[in-house]
Amino acid sequence: MTVAAATQPVTTSARFSPSWLAQVLQRYLLHIVIIGLTIAWMAPTVGLLVSSFRPFDLTKSSGWWTALSPFEFTLQNYSDVLSQSNLGQAFFNSFMIAVPATVIPTTIAAFAAYAFSWMKFPGRNWIFLALVGLLAVPLQLTFVPVLGVYVHQLGWTADNLAATGIPGLPWLPLWLAHAGYGLPFAIYLLANFFRALPSDLFESAEIDGAGTLTVFFRIILPLSVPALASLVIFQFLWVWNDLLVALIYVGGAPEVAPLTVNLADLTTSLGQGSNLLTAAAFFSMIVPLIVFLSLQRYFVRGILAGSVKG
Amino acid sequence: MSSVTYDHVVKRYTADVTVVKDLNVDIKDKEFMVLVGPSGCGKSTALRMLAGLESITEGQIRIGERVVNNVAAKDRDIAMVFQSYALYPHMSVYDNMAFPLQMQHMKKDEMDRRVKNASKILGLDPFLNRKPRALSGGQRQRVALGRAIVRSPKVFLLDEPLSNLDAKLRGQTRIELQKLHRELETTFIYVTHDQVEAMTMGDRIAIMNAGILQQVGTPGDVYDHPANLFVAGFIGTPTMNFVPVTTSDSTAKASGFEAKLPKSVPAGKGTLGFRPEALTDRPSADGSNLQMKVDVVERLGSDQYLYGQVGGDQVTARVDPRMKVAPGDTAQLGLDTRSIHLFDSESEAAFF
Repeated sequence: MTVAAATQPVTTSARFSPSWLAQVLQRYLLHIVIIGLTIAWMAPTVGLLVSSFRPFDLTKSSGWWTALSPFEFTLQNYSDVLSQSNLGQAFFNSFMIAVPATVIPTTIAAFAAYAFSWMKFPGRNWIFLALVGLLAVPLQLTFVPVLGVYVHQLGWTADNLAATGIPGLPWLPLWLAHAGYGLPFAIYLLANFFRALPSDLFESAEIDGAGTLTVFFRIILPLSVPALASLVIFQFLWVWNDLLVALIYVGGAPEVAPLTVNLADLTTSLGQGSNLLTAAAFFSMIVPLIVFLSLQRYFVRGILAGSVKG
Repeated sequence: MSSVTYDHVVKRYTADVTVVKDLNVDIKDKEFMVLVGPSGCGKSTALRMLAGLESITEGQIRIGERVVNNVAAKDRDIAMVFQSYALYPHMSVYDNMAFPLQMQHMKKDEMDRRVKNASKILGLDPFLNRKPRALSGGQRQRVALGRAIVRSPKVFLLDEPLSNLDAKLRGQTRIELQKLHRELETTFIYVTHDQVEAMTMGDRIAIMNAGILQQVGTPGDVYDHPANLFVAGFIGTPTMNFVPVTTSDSTAKASGFEAKLPKSVPAGKGTLGFRPEALTDRPSADGSNLQMKVDVVERLGSDQYLYGQVGGDQVTARVDPRMKVAPGDTAQLGLDTRSIHLFDSESEAAFF
């Protein structure tokens, strides 16, 4: 008993005294703030979710927060979306766009970041600086010149690419565009991570007889899983959610357009079809959620623990 | 043949930053050579040039008869143990040790035999499947050694391998390293800033300071016959006493005493050096006696250190622990003039 008594937290302050108040505030205020922020962030999503299950007539006349009082829910919106729109094709298109548009820049960025962080070549810092400067270029600025090159110099119009008959080729301009837009940030992120790896590891590997590529594949990549995972999440989500770039480079034809374009087409400017929008939005959210939750576990801290120092 | 020769080696980073200046050392086959010096003295750079991690600005480094200036690190047939161990954190202990062999495309069974052998020598058998992060500092250190052993290199390079261990483990590992050296019969080159490690482990010691090699010799040599003031002060704890003196013929006159010199030197100014154990509680036969005003007494059981003033100079004495002396006393001490040193005041080189 004495042991238990000794380990109990000592609260000396009397009730309702200023220091007691401070203690209580410290204990609860943090929780209140966190819960408040969480609710504020989640409210729109929850509203969307609730609305997607409500009959269209009700959503027009009352807010989603009144959903419980005439208790009326339906799956009509979901079944309408599935039957009316081109959802399956759009889903497939989104994957066909997002996966290569994530893999290509991540791969290039990993090699480039290795060079920027661990290889010596003239002008390294200046090139890196220029690259970081590209982060500040608004991508809208690039549409006309890049499209110009695609169409006039390379002849990559939608028709020409489709005419080759190679599956996936119509998305090539979009893959490259997304790769280009993603690269500055990707290289910047990875180079900073690679640079923080202990140099002893590389020197040790060099003496052990590992060449540049072996070091890259056997040492850098396995140690950089957290950085790569976060980069993949960033890039995938950005491509998946992108409407503008896709619309510019591949257009809105249903056989190539991604989910975002399809979603935007669901509703007309007069507001018809907006009942489908809520349900369709939820469909499009499923994939980012799965990507995030499945890669989240790779954000392990301390993956470098035990490599150096005793 | 796996001797190592530094032949007029210079390492210069920029025109006025030279970290290794004209280094000449011959390291014999199967020798345990220790490079020692204060931090920034160029000892690590000298080792890294031999490892192939730094380029050589001038001169030649030879391993055996082969000049290795332009040989890639992996082709020099050396292995290096880093201060930080530099284990690959995502690989198991086994894979860490097998990595250099995989790089040589060695056959699986031969690789397995070598790794098992090294792990047996180092007592790592129970840990082969663990990741480095699940090991203690001492175990990690042994894995780093194991990774070097499996290659059976011509030369082992060790860059302060003990500095991340606690004092007790350091003492043990020191002994294990010496056993290992005897078993492997390979040239070891060991870099440290700790003169105790240097004295206890080295067949020979090379002492460096500010990029310049000061002296090469056996531990006994450098302890008894330091080449200059720096070596005399660097080797030995407590450090040697240095007292400014005026010399004439074969006597040296300090502020508080006179000492007979074993041979005559030109008249002038110099620095007299004598180790704390050169002072005893018995009067000296040739009359080189001194009186110390004792400030602090440290009893270690086996020894007794007296810190105090002799004339105007600070002096440390290591005397018999049975000598009765208390702070504030004036102790009568004899100086054993057989083990005194005299250094030139200008060049700091030793006369004897």
